[in-house]
Amino acid sequence: MSQPTEEKMANVFTEGARATGLREAVAQELIRLAEADERVVVLSADMGAAVAAFRERFPNRYFDFGIAETNTISVAAGLAASGFRPYVISMAPFGAIKCAEQIRTDLAYTMMPVRILALLSGVAMGFFGTSHHAVEDIAILRAITNMTVVAPSDVPSFAGLLESTREAAGPVFFRLCEGTETPLYAEPPKVDLGRWPVLREGRDLTLIGTGVGTQIAVQVADQLRHQGLNLRVVDALSLKPLDEAQIERAVAETRGIVTVEEHNVVGGLGSAVAEILGRRGWVAPLATVALPDEDLEVGVPAYLRQRYGLTPEAVADVTRALWSKTGGTRA
Amino acid sequence: MAMAPHAPVLERGRAITVSELKDKARWLRLEVLRLIEQAGLGHYSSTMSCVEILLALYYHALRLCPTDPNWPDRDRFLLGKGHVAVGLWPILADLGYFPTQWLDEYGSARAALTDHPNMRWVPGVDFSSGSLGHNLSVGVGMSLAGRLKGQDYRVFVLLGDGEVQEGQVWEAAMAAGHYHLGNLVAIVDANRYSGGGATNDAMTIEPLPERFRAFGWQAEEVDGHDFAALIAALDALPPPSSDRPVCLVARTAKGHGVAMMEATPQRWHLGLLPPELRETVREEIARS
Repeated sequence: MSQPTEEKMANVFTEGARATGLREAVAQELIRLAEADERVVVLSADMGAAVAAFRERFPNRYFDFGIAETNTISVAAGLAASGFRPYVISMAPFGAIKCAEQIRTDLAYTMMPVRILALLSGVAMGFFGTSHHAVEDIAILRAITNMTVVAPSDVPSFAGLLESTREAAGPVFFRLCEGTETPLYAEPPKVDLGRWPVLREGRDLTLIGTGVGTQIAVQVADQLRHQGLNLRVVDALSLKPLDEAQIERAVAETRGIVTVEEHNVVGGLGSAVAEILGRRGWVAPLATVALPDEDLEVGVPAYLRQRYGLTPEAVADVTRALWSKTGGTRA
Repeated sequence: MAMAPHAPVLERGRAITVSELKDKARWLRLEVLRLIEQAGLGHYSSTMSCVEILLALYYHALRLCPTDPNWPDRDRFLLGKGHVAVGLWPILADLGYFPTQWLDEYGSARAALTDHPNMRWVPGVDFSSGSLGHNLSVGVGMSLAGRLKGQDYRVFVLLGDGEVQEGQVWEAAMAAGHYHLGNLVAIVDANRYSGGGATNDAMTIEPLPERFRAFGWQAEEVDGHDFAALIAALDALPPPSSDRPVCLVARTAKGHGVAMMEATPQRWHLGLLPPELRETVREEIARS
């Protein structure tokens, strides 16, 4: 696939995807939360354009701190300690990785009810260079005690996660990926953190996706169903806590697990599932589809996903290969 | 609109004489020695430099309610230089935030009182600290919260002069000026030394008052060991509704109150007085 020409630049994040994704939903969802709860305030480090509608509706409840992400996180801690419910809008590579220490020390150790909405995670900004890739955020944040880490797979699940975390005692990190425009849920699901929804039932293999990974997993399941493979699709909406019971079901009822995520293969969803399998002594073939732990190329998301096997076609190949490895026939 | 606390309030500007404060300074320095000896290690000289600042705040300037530590209208105090918590613990115990017996457990495993303050364990700690450079930002958030709710509390943040080298301090200073947070007061314990040597040898931070002024603050210098001067500076603070944050640069000596520590502040940044010196140092403080 070629790099973008000038006329394609407008679509550099999503390359042709409909503009009805998470970025567009953020402002409206925050307005809904703020209307229901006067403690809700919104903070950003020069991300005001992403929440223009919120600023218009609640000009006194939006605070910009300029290009100063770490300060923004600690200020949010001070507001939370004073009874507010701050939502911080950030770009994932800067709001998560640059602020890891402030998140740990000022939000997690102190149990501050701050929610971080990290836009453009994964390789959504792949075109802009490796500085703008956010492929380590799950690994870093799930290693922090008291964190809740969630990743919606579409707009309705984003709304469901916002609702289910409204009263969460400590900090919540929202990993917002592009490529999540197609609705997988008809309406906002009632989310129980640590209980992963099953989007497709099946008994052959279990595909566990997170964020755009779930979108890919659903396409793979629908495509391979026509070839006779009966795949279960599980949506890992929360990376912390994990759903051990769902992993146990996958081991007991299906022949193997494929994880799909737009994250470094180190420390993300695949690693998390492998940890559970190892710790519990559950034996199951596991394939982890993720970005390699190497210098990534630079390019638009669609190019990078193709380059690194994060397409329905490539994941279907991995899935068929795992199925063959398990014998390729049903017991 | 002030909310009634569940217990009597210690109002701002409480009457106390310089002589009484000097008695408290002797008491607090002796307590710091005792607690560090009990724990086996501690930050002597950094604590000694801010003894007078802590006492002027807690026994005169801050509006507090020790028996209702989360009373919404209390003045906040954030110990940016969290490594001197050993100087805060005796004060909070004396004011009744927790039983004085807690002090006797300082330094033992599972004690609530630790080398750096933890807000989840100790009543009266308005925010945890330990990672330098964070608390001025937290104070900005608390000051903004006061403005949003129409409350008239002040937020005080005690910073070390080495801490001021952290870039986040200046992000916070910029934000406080931008949002006109006259309810925010930063006090810099300018004792001229950091853990590794003279602060300005590592990285120049002076001229501090001019630097804060350039960020939109009102900034004054004060002798950080002169109770009368400290009280005058605190009494002269503009009302919390004013539009400029205030920085008091407290000129101090690291190790103040113990000649040996003041002469070699680096030696006593983190350490333990050997048994043979303890009585001599105690006598020096008691005589001061």
